[in-house]
Amino acid sequence: MANVPPVIAIVERCQALFDDLDFNAVKQWKAAAPGRKAIGYMPVYVPRELVHAAGMLPVGILGGGDQLEVIQGDAYYQSYICRIPRSTIELGLTGRLDCLDGMLFPSICDVIRNLSGMWQILFPNKFVRYIDVPQNYEDAVGGKFYVSELEILRDELAKLRGAPITDAEIDASIRVYNDNRAAIRDLYAYRAVKPWQAPTAEVYLVLRAGMVLPPEEHTQLVREYIAAADALPRPKRDNARVVLTGGFCEQPPLALIKSIEMSGCYIVDDDFMLVTRWLLDDVPAHGQPLEELSKAFLHRSASTAAKYDAKREDKGQFLLHQVKTRGAEGVVFAAPSFCDPALLERPMLQDVLAKHTVPYTAFKYAENTGQMAPIREQAGTFADSIKLWSAA
Amino acid sequence: MSATFVPGNLNELLMCFDFARSLPETNALQNGMRKKSGKFIMDAERDGQSEDVCTYVKADLGMMLGGEVGPTGDPLPTPDILLLSYTGCFTFMKWFELIRHKYGCETVMLHVPYQGEGKVAPNMRDYVVKQLKETVIPTLERVSGVKFDIDRLRQYMRESAKAEEDLVAVLQSAKNRPSPIDGYFGAVYYIGPIFTAFRGMPEATQYYHVLRGEIEERVRAGKGPITPDGEMTDEKYRLVVEGPPNWTSFRDFWKMFYDEGAVVVASTYAKVGGVYDFGFRHDPDHPIESLAEYCLGCYTNLNLPSRIDMICRYIDEYQADGLLINSIKSCNSFSAGQLLVLREVEKRTGKPAAFIETDLVDPRYFSAANVKNRLESYFQMIKAKRVATAAAH
Ligand code: SF4
Ligand code: SF4
Repeated sequence: MANVPPVIAIVERCQALFDDLDFNAVKQWKAAAPGRKAIGYMPVYVPRELVHAAGMLPVGILGGGDQLEVIQGDAYYQSYICRIPRSTIELGLTGRLDCLDGMLFPSICDVIRNLSGMWQILFPNKFVRYIDVPQNYEDAVGGKFYVSELEILRDELAKLRGAPITDAEIDASIRVYNDNRAAIRDLYAYRAVKPWQAPTAEVYLVLRAGMVLPPEEHTQLVREYIAAADALPRPKRDNARVVLTGGFCEQPPLALIKSIEMSGCYIVDDDFMLVTRWLLDDVPAHGQPLEELSKAFLHRSASTAAKYDAKREDKGQFLLHQVKTRGAEGVVFAAPSFCDPALLERPMLQDVLAKHTVPYTAFKYAENTGQMAPIREQAGTFADSIKLWSAA
Repeated sequence: MSATFVPGNLNELLMCFDFARSLPETNALQNGMRKKSGKFIMDAERDGQSEDVCTYVKADLGMMLGGEVGPTGDPLPTPDILLLSYTGCFTFMKWFELIRHKYGCETVMLHVPYQGEGKVAPNMRDYVVKQLKETVIPTLERVSGVKFDIDRLRQYMRESAKAEEDLVAVLQSAKNRPSPIDGYFGAVYYIGPIFTAFRGMPEATQYYHVLRGEIEERVRAGKGPITPDGEMTDEKYRLVVEGPPNWTSFRDFWKMFYDEGAVVVASTYAKVGGVYDFGFRHDPDHPIESLAEYCLGCYTNLNLPSRIDMICRYIDEYQADGLLINSIKSCNSFSAGQLLVLREVEKRTGKPAAFIETDLVDPRYFSAANVKNRLESYFQMIKAKRVATAAAH
């Protein structure tokens, strides 16, 4: 044990959290003090600050991955619907989510939207809320609506805990998440500079840990990981630098991320767990928390297919920015099968990339994809072509 | 010219600015019925669209790639404005973004919040009203060069409300035995004008007036519905249907019903462009608010429990034998969750339910033999259930 380098120990801890489909970390957190509550949320974004301010643990639910055997969940979905809702239902029906006192379903697509109603029917005793976010980005219009939605959520969470949630409490939570976002920004910046030191399979696991750990603890973990990763020199390979995009909801299996890296690509940016990086900078925390959360959402948030681009020129700019600022040489589109948002967005993004002569490749996956060989081959060919291209 | 979607279709408002109205879903379904959509879909896929996504979008994009020749063979002008009424379907947003991206059309977004809690909260209504006043109307004014006249809007809405009243009477005539109409296949022809470019026009009002008169006459005469093969005389099964129809084999699909004496007495599809049978009418006294209410109340904007309530109510009020779900491969908005809808409706009504799978406009996903088999065994099931119920009494 004594010989395990700290970075490996951290990653092993994250891996254990990731593998634990019974959410024991959540159960332990709840058991540590009486009356504690935990609230689940699905991708892409929910204002976790409000849940945290209520003294509750926000828990990211990202489907069942490739280790969960989906039996009951399949009975709820036709073959042409993506995997994440069925494995999430499986988690629910098998009691694995009993530790959650409620679920939040963000506005990401019609599947998750409809799942919110299914949850109301299947789990009538749990708190369930659909989180609508504005697609109009004017403060007086979309902002006003969003603030009123945040008010409603705040009131409902207050009811659940039995006491109102004050502005000061939310401000305190905003600070906690500002720290968390700053740590994750540092992690992403570090990986982009030294991707051989912080492989994406590890970065991913570190991020996943933040789905079940309290944010304060997670921030600490991220900082420790950066330091530990930097302390252990690892071989640098002549890989192609790529941005991975499309995995904002249903998750690819970890083996798929590893396969892409093994095939000769360094992933230098991605759209995994965007909730951790949705708000792009610090949210001011002095007295008007809901308005500030709203402004951050409207004017300073990440872009994904679930969000309307108000102007044609905006399309693809977020992705281009990722490519440019991270020094990427290409883009890998990895979208879940049957994912309308990701797949409808893709041709537009590809067009923007083509206009900027950024090479790309594309494939689909499911959270339980088992066969990695074709993906490895495709990513490998892509990496080779990038290197040839840049050598020419 | 403007383009907008059937759910959340603001026809009265668009008419105030002298826009001609085009509805891309209607173009797609027309192309489906004319057997043109298969090629368009494949063209769109060759152009980079995924095989997994909504085929309405691909049929539309394929048509545009082919030089924008409409279903009738006449060229369609490129829209001057895309009114993105984001009502009950996520795909709408991407659809117009795709068209804007390729053809540079101006787009104006109307975001209609989802009824996640099964009701329209005041903040949702305010938000839609505000967007109409501050974003949509000013944009339509600018693009058209026509100043907004609220009295003109009121006048169109008066027409709408009259037509809506008659439409409801037509659809509810199916409560009679025998039903004088088919509330799914036949209803397509009844909802056509009011769900598309004609709601608010005096001609549409007149159409519904005449239609209602004809249907009431059929009720008095005790007649069944008219089908493509003439009048259906022997009503054996009364069904409620959830989900849009298949368009590429529409006639064949319908025939599988009337050949067996099955009539659809109510369908959720006949409510996609507006749920009028529970009392909503466009209200000329509160025109903008009522446009907001209209959008918020569209069927696809209802949450799953509300959809289930509505179906159960139909089964009861229309004395239906059961529920048939036509699940559309393309359409997550309708389809995701339908298997739970089926279970819940069966549980609550005690009536048998059945599930078939087709697509809207992709002919590759209509398997006539499979659908026919399913339907036949479903009719058998209803019969068996009747015998069992009769024996129990
Ligand atoms: S994977 Fe795509 S289609 Fe499926 S729930 Fe997520 S966003 Fe929706
Ligand atoms: S997903 Fe369904 S509701 Fe949406 S555009 Fe396609 S067919 Fe229409």
